[in-house]
Amino acid sequence: MIADFGFGVLVVTFILSFFSIGAALYGALTKSYPWAESARRAMLLTFPLLTLSSLALLYLLVGGHYEIQYVYSVTSNSMPLYLRITALWGGQAGSLLFWAWLLSAFTSAVTLRKWERDREFLPWVILVSSVTLAFFLSLVIFFENPFMSWWQTVSGEVAAMFRPAGAVLLTPRDGRGLNPLLRHPGMIVHPPLLYLGFVAYIIPFAFAIAALITGRTDDRWIRITRRWTLWAWLFLSLGLVLGARWAYDVLGWGGYWGWDPVEIASLMPWLTGTAFLHSVIIQEKRGMLKQWNMLLIILTYDLVLFGTFLTRSGVLSSVHSFAQSAIGPMFFAFIGLTFVSSVSLLIYRWNDFKAEVEMKSMLSREALFTLNNLIFIGVLIVCFWGVIFPLISELVTNQKVTVGPPFYERATAPLFGALMLLMGVAPLSAWGHSTIKTLGRALWKPALLAALVMAVILAAGMRNAVALIGFGLVALVLIVTLYEFWRAARARSKTSAENFFLALWKLTGRNRRRYGGHIIHISMVLMAIGILGIEVFQTETQGTLPQGSSLELAGYTVKFDSVAQFDTAGGRNVTRAVVSVFKGDRYLGDLYPRRDYYYESSQPMTIPGLYSTLADDMYIILVDWQPISASGATFKVYHNPLVNWLWIGTFIFVFGILVAAWPEKDS
Amino acid sequence: MKPFAKNPLRFTFYVSRFTSHVLRFTFHVFLLLLIFATANTALAQQPTPSDDEVNIIAKQLYCPVCENTPLDVCPTQACVQWRKLIRQMLAEGKSADTINQYFVEQYGARVLAEPPRTGLNWLIYLLPPLAFLAGAYILYRAFRSWRALDKQPAGAEEAETPAAEDEYVTRLEEELKKRQ
Repeated sequence: MIADFGFGVLVVTFILSFFSIGAALYGALTKSYPWAESARRAMLLTFPLLTLSSLALLYLLVGGHYEIQYVYSVTSNSMPLYLRITALWGGQAGSLLFWAWLLSAFTSAVTLRKWERDREFLPWVILVSSVTLAFFLSLVIFFENPFMSWWQTVSGEVAAMFRPAGAVLLTPRDGRGLNPLLRHPGMIVHPPLLYLGFVAYIIPFAFAIAALITGRTDDRWIRITRRWTLWAWLFLSLGLVLGARWAYDVLGWGGYWGWDPVEIASLMPWLTGTAFLHSVIIQEKRGMLKQWNMLLIILTYDLVLFGTFLTRSGVLSSVHSFAQSAIGPMFFAFIGLTFVSSVSLLIYRWNDFKAEVEMKSMLSREALFTLNNLIFIGVLIVCFWGVIFPLISELVTNQKVTVGPPFYERATAPLFGALMLLMGVAPLSAWGHSTIKTLGRALWKPALLAALVMAVILAAGMRNAVALIGFGLVALVLIVTLYEFWRAARARSKTSAENFFLALWKLTGRNRRRYGGHIIHISMVLMAIGILGIEVFQTETQGTLPQGSSLELAGYTVKFDSVAQFDTAGGRNVTRAVVSVFKGDRYLGDLYPRRDYYYESSQPMTIPGLYSTLADDMYIILVDWQPISASGATFKVYHNPLVNWLWIGTFIFVFGILVAAWPEKDS
Repeated sequence: MKPFAKNPLRFTFYVSRFTSHVLRFTFHVFLLLLIFATANTALAQQPTPSDDEVNIIAKQLYCPVCENTPLDVCPTQACVQWRKLIRQMLAEGKSADTINQYFVEQYGARVLAEPPRTGLNWLIYLLPPLAFLAGAYILYRAFRSWRALDKQPAGAEEAETPAAEDEYVTRLEEELKKRQ
């Protein structure tokens, strides 16, 4: 009953989105405002409708209606309430519905704004969002329907929306349950944030297409979507970092990022999105790179679709591809169609979007920003090619290959280093014109200080070249950025009666975007400290210990005290070891590395024990144990220096975005 | 009374016999030492290799079942078996290369962290740097053409300080100069 209702609402929304497409198109072509308004209202209606449909699915999930195939496949009696709710996006069908719901929410929000100045954009923005929405709804209705029920027929069990002839409804007592990997509080935030980021990028894309079609060549579309882009970027970045933290906490391989194709799938729109964030500033300030910005947002949109496609189509086998289905070709076709038509449109308008000013100097701020874009695209190429190549290899030579971390690390490390160098140099260069002389005059002091930091590190005994260069660059960025704050605040506090800190506060308030950006740069280099620490200095050892004996690593001692095995809530059998950690002779505390075995799916999960400080993490994994005698257990111990700065950087990052995106008083 | 005086050759004979004895002895000792030494290393390989030694090899391998999880941290039963196999092969004195080669022959090139540098696989190593260089070249050409278009003399003084774009700060600093 509820399932029929949810599905019925979906179908109505689907029809409505087609009406919206038609009305918007007709309204735009005939310049008839009532038709555009009608399209807008239809679009606005999709949000409450999809909310109803999602609520229907939530009701089924929470109530344990296992006669529904989707509910059966992602929930079980043993799952707590919060996991049943998160199961909405825990499987293929539900997550596509969730995607559509988010899209309708964002589109509604954007159509509710005041449109007086940009009336010609409205129908086209609605058109682009409606087409995207209709595509996702078609997937949910025709391919991945979350409301299908189990039926018992003469030929066996089938899942279908409507009762097949002579079939009886089948109600299993229990469901299969969510994939153990996903049974974690991270499930509450990581997927929704990533999806929020993905979907929010649809909005600037819709405006870009509207600008292309209407031929409005000013930067109005960028100014309207500036805050959207920032929020989209925040969500996507947070989604990525939270995913990394989640992996660190439960996947039990001592790291946070494995260059898994699905991780890369969500990194790729982030790369183009970050390049876009920088290059739109050039268009706003100098009227340049208009075509390039269009191309970047088109790429971001299609990489968002591509990311969803990779995670949802099962084209790649990776730890994330718990969802496999036949929607691959549909996605492939839609991505191809939107990319080709958007790029054709851009080529058609190419000459209208020429730059107003030409670039004068290779060292000007805009030139360095362009260089930054080139490097981001370089990282993108490495990522894209690394993900695609195994498929090509399989197609052409029928040979399966793995493109793993060594490839990506070797290829991207110098590019990330170059980005950091730019982060240090670009804030010192001027718009329009910089010469080696002017830039050198601004740069030599911070560069000297950074070199000094490198010398100190070298004298302290560090001989690793990557780390040395890395920390030198970190120092450069920190010095330049903090100097920018200090210089401006000092100038302000000297003229106004404000003290230094008040001046700093007011200054940041006056130019939020710029100083927010500086804060974000600081957060990025803090993250770089963490990444350098774990990538360059991670050490590990593994050993089988009799009870009471210990293992040593990096000045720490890990003593094996006991191990116990017991059944616990959630259908798990837990094997939990108790180890005590010492630094030198000092006792630091007990840790409980464990192995959870899920009966339902017969899958093991490795949960590490973690002792974390600002300087380093001790990360202990229970690898093996002797079940009966409990006399010995095998532990793998990682020493991860500085990794905490990655998470600290994230908090500062969020703060920086809030500073940059906080609404201005006048708007 | 001088036993060797009459026949100095005899003396040389004894000496040479002595040296040859010494040489032979040294040779035997050397041989023995050699045997001992090889026996010693053979003995050293007898105890099972440590987990760390196994992991050094396992870290670079990917099992075909749980894709994208390196073998050293994969918790599945299949991977436990693989690690046992690595340990056994190490105990037999096989080198890391031999072990890698064994796994490639058994399960294909996908067990390696990176595609082997042969045939079509070169594409993965060559395309990204070539694409990047092409991008850099296009950008360089664009810069050159823009500069050529720019007819204004280069000595614009507007960019005196890097903060020039922040009019507020510039104005403040000018005010400061006036006061001093």
